[in-house]
Order: sequence, then structure tokens, then C-alpha cells
Amino acid sequence: MNERHPAWLKAGSVRRRPGRWAAAALFTRRALHHLGNNAFGFAFEAVVSPIVMLLIFGFLFGGAMAGSVREYVRFLLPGILVLTVVPMTVASGTTLCTDMARGVYQRFRTMPFWQPAAVLGLVAADGVRYAAGVTAVLGAGWALGFRPAGGVSGTVQAVAYAIFFAWCVGWVFTWIGSIVKRPETVSGSSMMILYPLLFASSVLVDPSTMPRWLRVAVDANPISAAATLTRGLFHGTATAGELAAGIGAGLLFAAVFIPLTMYAYLRKQPG
Amino acid sequence: MELAIETRGLRKIFGKQEAVRGLDLAVRSGELFALLGPNGAGKTTTIRMLTTLLRPDGGTARVCGYDVVKEAGGVRARISVTGQYAALDESLTGRQNLMLFAGLYGYARKDAKRIADELLARFGLADAGGRTVGAYSGGMRRRLDLAVGLLPQPKVMFLDEPTTGLDPQSRRELRETVRGLKRQGMTVLLTTQYLEEADQLADRVGFIADGRLVAVGTPAELKARYGGKTLTVRLAEGADPAGVCRLLKEAFGLESRREEDGRIVKTSVRNAETAHAAVGALLGGRMEVEDFALGEPSLEEVYFALNQAYAKEAAV
Repeated sequence: MNERHPAWLKAGSVRRRPGRWAAAALFTRRALHHLGNNAFGFAFEAVVSPIVMLLIFGFLFGGAMAGSVREYVRFLLPGILVLTVVPMTVASGTTLCTDMARGVYQRFRTMPFWQPAAVLGLVAADGVRYAAGVTAVLGAGWALGFRPAGGVSGTVQAVAYAIFFAWCVGWVFTWIGSIVKRPETVSGSSMMILYPLLFASSVLVDPSTMPRWLRVAVDANPISAAATLTRGLFHGTATAGELAAGIGAGLLFAAVFIPLTMYAYLRKQPG
Repeated sequence: MELAIETRGLRKIFGKQEAVRGLDLAVRSGELFALLGPNGAGKTTTIRMLTTLLRPDGGTARVCGYDVVKEAGGVRARISVTGQYAALDESLTGRQNLMLFAGLYGYARKDAKRIADELLARFGLADAGGRTVGAYSGGMRRRLDLAVGLLPQPKVMFLDEPTTGLDPQSRRELRETVRGLKRQGMTVLLTTQYLEEADQLADRVGFIADGRLVAVGTPAELKARYGGKTLTVRLAEGADPAGVCRLLKEAFGLESRREEDGRIVKTSVRNAETAHAAVGALLGGRMEVEDFALGEPSLEEVYFALNQAYAKEAAV
């Protein structure tokens, strides 16, 4: 045996340093393996819990708010879509924080690939989780009689927007994940940020029924802009103003938190 | 002589604590170099700087001729690190880990697949390849970690306490693997708490104390320079080990240490005459000596001699 050429490395195994997007794709694959290896947790988060949420809110509020479940679902479902995907965005932050707390981050940092790929690939894979959650909500909504006025094209637009918005919001949590020490801190702090924003919004209730002071706060909430635009796209009633507000809210999150995340991730010296 | 690792006046400060204080290290290409020293002496901090994980606060460090700060990319393309905490993704299976890192190191997918299978087999993990690493034992993780470390065919391999916490069998296997790396012409920088391991494996040994390199040489050189012979005295039950230590200190100026249940006292002596006189004094002083032996010096003696010398220096 030639010692200089170990047996496991046969002749012909050429190494070519991966490009930026090839490296990111490897991290996307890694995140998908995580989902596959934890199929039960994934199914619960992405499929069971959104359906349960839709059913609870639909039947709890449906009669009181719109006279019938079917009528309320027309209003509620787009909101539930936002309510489903936005909390799902926390997971990337938790993963990033877990990586950085463990030895695997140190290995990544001693390797010669384009370092931002580790974060970009992870976030890209979230699209699969969002899509699964969205599909579950749409299926359940269909069963409850949800027939959006915008038809197929409206549905496609609404779904695409909801996933886009989730991608943008996710950067808030990747940033938190890259500055705090413990993954539990990411999930804990995210709940404190998310729940007030999610419920003090137009996700579940039409703001026109609220007292004036609350309506001002709710209207300023970016989650409201997202819920309103999703609703408008589903039913084909989105105005230019709603489009600008909804897309702008997403882009604002991305513009602020992508640089912050990258800076924190790349600057950190593993202790 | 070509140098694989070269540091000059390397420094790292954590808050007020100076962890590495002006370290000058030169490791030759193809050499297996062991870095020894007590916990907190700065070994791991040094390795973190050399592997581009930590930014030095002073001095310079080059690995394969590349500056660890200004040319970190050049360093990263030529090294790999296996630490005391296995740097793996615990939520992936063993095979998925190998595939991920093989891809990142630039192997094509079909090569990565074959290499993953061959490495799993070679490290005795063929059956465990489909299980998530979170369910692996410590020894299995360490082996997988080393397998991942081999993927880039590094010029310089950093092994930070690779055998700590392993059972004797796994330790022996790992030592064999490390010897194999050297035969392939790799430069290896090893830290370990097992002195006999450094003695068996290393071409040269460096002792770090309080952030500085205090001695460098081949194990034989160091033993000749710092290690006396070891006098081991075994006391009868109910004897007074503290009295023995006091007597050795007062009559001969010998520092001694107690081992096991306190009934074994070891001390380093310059030569057989001193040993003879010391044993004579102990017997004459009715110290209830059960047995005694005079041993050849080992790196352990060197280690304690250097630690003691350093402790004295710090006290001044």
C-alpha cells in the first residue's frame, strides 16, 4: 500500500473547491437531512399544529364573529397562513445558535469554503418547511369551505408572498441566534417578540372593530401589513398601497437583519 | 529545514488574563510535535490561533508559510483540526456528516459517497453509518471526527487531546492512526494529557507553562536534561507519608509527591548515590518503608520538574 496515497482515496478523486452557491447548496441539503432525521417533529410543526390552530380559531371565533365557521374562515385562513409561517422562522435561529455553541461551528470556521454559505444554505432550506405548513393550512381550509375569490392565481400569489415574508422575518432570529449563547434563549426571546406582534395584528380580527388607540398600533404592525396583503392576494382585492406595505415590511426586515446576522456570524470568535 | 508551523512572540489576552504570552514555536515539516503542559497553560488557545479560530493579540504565526490572520484562507486550505470535543453535526448520521464535509472539501458527489463508505469501514463504523451521531459513544464520535479530519488530505493536522476520555483500547487504535498520518508525511501538532503517549509518538515535545514555551526537544533529550531517576518509596500501612516528604525535603532538598492512597511517595533524584542516601535516611528514621525502587526517567519526571521550576519562578 502506498502510504502517501491512502486506500480510501482512490486515484481519480479530484477535489475542486466548491463555489459559493455549491457550498450553500450543501448546507441546504444538510438542513433537509435534519428535517428527514426528525420526521416526526417536522410533521408536527409543519402539518399538525397549523391545522389545529385553524380549527381552534375557526370554531372558537367563527360563530361569534362572522355568523358561521365558513364565513369566518374566508377572513381567517390568510391570517392563519401568516400565523403558521412566522413562528416557523425561529427554527433557523435556534439551529444557528446550536451550531455556534458546539464544536461543529469551529470545524466550519477552519474550512476553506465561502463562510456565508453556512447561513444562506440553512435559511434557503426553510422554504421547504414553510411550503409544508402552507400546504397543510390550505388543505384544511379547503375542507372547511375556503374558496378564495382570486382563484388559483390569487392563491399562488398569496402563498408566494407568505413564504417570502417568512424568509425575511427569519433573519431577525438568525441574528438573535448568532449573538446569544444558548439556543433556549432564542426560542424564549422569540416568543416574547412574536406573540404580541402576532395577536395585536389583523391576523385574527378586522382592525375596524377595534378601539382607535389599538387600531393605530395594529395598523403600524408589520405582521398586519403581511396579513392584509395575503388576504388581498387570496381574494384578488390587494391595492397598490397594500402591496407596497406588505412587500416593504418584508424587505425592511431583510435589509436590516441580513447584514446584522452575517456580521455577527462571521465576527464571532469561538470561545 | 522547512517549517510547517512558526510563531514569533504570539500573544492572546482574554480580559485581564494573558493566556499566551510571547510564544515562539517552530515545528518542522513532516514532524509529529507534542505540546504538553498543565490545563490552562495555553495549549488550546495556541491551537485556536494557529487554526484561524482566534485572532492573536500580538506576534505572528504562520502555518505552511501562510499568515494565520492575513492569509487565513491559505491556512484553512492546508489544515484540519480534531478537537477534544468532536466537531460533528449531531443531528446528522455518520454517513451524512462525511458526505457534507466531503462536499465542502470539494469532492464530487459520487466520490464523496464512496469515500464516506470506505472511511466508515476503515474506522469500524460501517454498521453505525446510518445512525445519528447524537447516539454515538465517545469513542465512535472521536473516530468519525478523525475520519472527517482526514478528508482534505491536510498538510498539517491539529489534534487537540484526541485521546482524552477514551478507553485504553480506543486510545491504542487512535495512536496507531496517528502514526499512520505521520507515515503519510503529514505534520501533526498534538496535545495530550497522557505523557507516555507523547513519549511514544512524538518526534519532539514542547512544554508550555503559563503561556510560554519553556522547553523543547526530543523526548530523550528532555529526559536527559530535566529528568532525574525516579525514586519510588512504598510505605507500610499506618505510616506517615507527610513525615517522609518532610524528611526528604529537609535532609536532601528533594520535592516529592504522593500517589494512590498516599502510601506511595515519588521523588526525582539526580543519581543513584542520592537515592541510596535517601533510602538509608528513611530506614534509619524508622519510616516503615515497605519497598522502594529506582526507575529510569520518563517524561512524567520532566513534566513535574518543569512545572516545579516554573512554580518557583512565579513565586519569586
